[in-house]
Amino acid sequence: MTATAEASTPAGEVPSFEVTLRIRRMNPEGTSEHGAGEEYWEEFRIQAHATDRVLDALHKVKWDVDGSLAFRRSCAHGVCGSDAMRINARNRLACKTLLKDLNPAKPILIEPIKGLPVEKDLIVDMEPFFASYREIMPFLMTSGPAPERERLQTPAERERYDDTTKCIMCAACTSACPVFWTDGQFFGPQAIVGAHRFIFDSRDEGQWDRLEILNDKAGVWKCRTAFNCTEACPRGIEVTKAISEVKKALNTGEI
Amino acid sequence: MMTAPQLSAPHERIRTGRMRHNAERWSWMFMRISGAILMLLIFTHLIVNLVLGEGVSQIDFAFVAGKWAAWYWQVADFLMLVLALIHGGNGMRLLINDYAHRTTTRKVLHSVLGVAVVAVIVLGSLVIWTFDPCPVDADPSLLPGFCASVAG
Ligand code: SF4
Ligand code: FES
Repeated sequence: MTATAEASTPAGEVPSFEVTLRIRRMNPEGTSEHGAGEEYWEEFRIQAHATDRVLDALHKVKWDVDGSLAFRRSCAHGVCGSDAMRINARNRLACKTLLKDLNPAKPILIEPIKGLPVEKDLIVDMEPFFASYREIMPFLMTSGPAPERERLQTPAERERYDDTTKCIMCAACTSACPVFWTDGQFFGPQAIVGAHRFIFDSRDEGQWDRLEILNDKAGVWKCRTAFNCTEACPRGIEVTKAISEVKKALNTGEI
Repeated sequence: MMTAPQLSAPHERIRTGRMRHNAERWSWMFMRISGAILMLLIFTHLIVNLVLGEGVSQIDFAFVAGKWAAWYWQVADFLMLVLALIHGGNGMRLLINDYAHRTTTRKVLHSVLGVAVVAVIVLGSLVIWTFDPCPVDADPSLLPGFCASVAG
């Protein structure tokens, strides 16, 4: 912001501006103007503040303009991963995207994430996404009797899979993946991130079961290193790197 | 209360084709290795044909015949032919897997692709290995220099 713009704003007041949201909508029951299941764009002009996020703008629409607008959100602070959506053609969390970073002079395009069936407006059916996650068996697998106290590991061993523990299952990566768009059979980046978290955990003994699943036709070899997932991840996880590490483990037989 | 979803057995979801052990892994490996070799072969080919000597204008029947008179150019071109077709064919196979969702469509496309790849490899190999640099009735001015000694 320039010094003059700041000077014209009284202290303590956040500058406000008008912003246009162009939202991709779909109502499975239809509305008076649109048929059941028809997809269409609708524009809303609202007053917003420089501190507002896309989620605040969506709230403003839902609470003050059109109560039928449907979207998911829970924590509103980038923790739960419910509000991944396509904002200006990029997957982001609405609660972590500031309007002022998006060039509010132009309409802001908001669409549901791609590759999953739309249920209503910005809400998609996440079940295929979760099904892939379940397939890689995202739980600790061990043999022998459980120790009386915690299973210990060194800081270095913990560091090995630290990046992939940050995943919040928002599906931004999977629904940004061009292979996932065309071939719904692909596990998608998130399932590989979820598997990576256990494969490289020194306490887990199910690595080879998971690697065997990812060695499949629908597994890691479908990845074409497009890097869309890494760019999309709101947690900054190096998704493509994690996928490459899984490929390397499969190629070398070493973890 | 909602019950937790059942964990399905691995592999249940894969409906497409048989599971061949490590097949996709080898396909992936092949693409990297053949890709690297192809880069080498193609750039050698381009430099020898288009840059060295008189450049593009040097390419005529005699030039090609001269090259194929040497066994190492035959081997290099044969390798380039086979690797390029399998590399490209495998890439197409992956694209078909991505976009053709119906089993029959996929099978038909895969067969067409397979036939095309094999046909081009066979035809190309025939040209490379049965090539006659000095056809009998040809105009001698078009033939490579060493044909004179063969004919004479
Ligand atoms: S890896 Fe990142 S983008 Fe993918 S689901 Fe996890 S948090 Fe979301
Ligand atoms: S609402 Fe929880 S991550 Fe955005």
